[in-house]
Amino acid sequence: MGPANTDNYMIAGYVVSFVTMGLYLLSLYIRTRNLKRDLETYEAMDNEKK
Amino acid sequence: MQSKPMALTILDVLSIIGIGVATYFALVYAPTEAVMGNVQRVFYFHVGTAWVGLVGFVVAAVSGIVYLVTKDMRWDRFEVAAVEVSTMFFFITIVLGSIWARPAWNTWWTWDPRLTTAAVTELIYIAYFMLRAGIEEPEKRARFGAVYALLGGLSAPITFMVIRLFRTIHPVVVGTASAEAQGGFDMSGDMLTSMFVSLGAFTILFVSLMWHRIRLGGLEEKVEELKLKVSM
Repeated sequence: MGPANTDNYMIAGYVVSFVTMGLYLLSLYIRTRNLKRDLETYEAMDNEKK
Repeated sequence: MQSKPMALTILDVLSIIGIGVATYFALVYAPTEAVMGNVQRVFYFHVGTAWVGLVGFVVAAVSGIVYLVTKDMRWDRFEVAAVEVSTMFFFITIVLGSIWARPAWNTWWTWDPRLTTAAVTELIYIAYFMLRAGIEEPEKRARFGAVYALLGGLSAPITFMVIRLFRTIHPVVVGTASAEAQGGFDMSGDMLTSMFVSLGAFTILFVSLMWHRIRLGGLEEKVEELKLKVSM
């Protein structure tokens, strides 16, 4: 008797791992982009005040 | 924000290569386990993510101590980065464990000491972000966060040691398993190699992600300062 057929569980495990890491990378990218936009806006407002 | 350092770019490339190699070792190089079959292959990522997750929580606790001593906000950014990246990796650890448990233990979840301490650890660090989000003043937020990270850091060694100290069904990779342990397996040389490749790959990825998160923290601080200046 060979090993149990548990391929679907293995696939699910690796899909979850890569999707989670991918989402985290996406969140880092989006937060950085938004903060850069905020920085530009505040710098422009600061220059107007001067 | 300063331009991206060359060392970080190199680290990013190494991380991608490392995770690719670790995936190859886990899915192709490592032999199929004789009883459980292919689901055992999630073990390599399970251990890799658990390693960086728990080490990161300890790193956060140490950063918290250094912040409390020096009051240098750079250590607060370091602490936040360690907690955030570790919480993400530890989430993967828990989900992979649950997926493995279904065919191995015939259940997705059981309140075994290891699973319970792992779940509590994850919840402690989710609450860490809720605590920080509720505090406006940066110094106060950093101080409370440091104390919390320091106390929360105790959960990492407890989670690591619990399967070595209590009766549990969770298998033990290093050390002696409890008599009740279910789903353990004898590691062949190829399995051991694959595990170490995974540990190395996740360590590089962890350092790279932490560095990115620290840079993001610096940008957050800059925006916060400028916002305050403009509003005055």
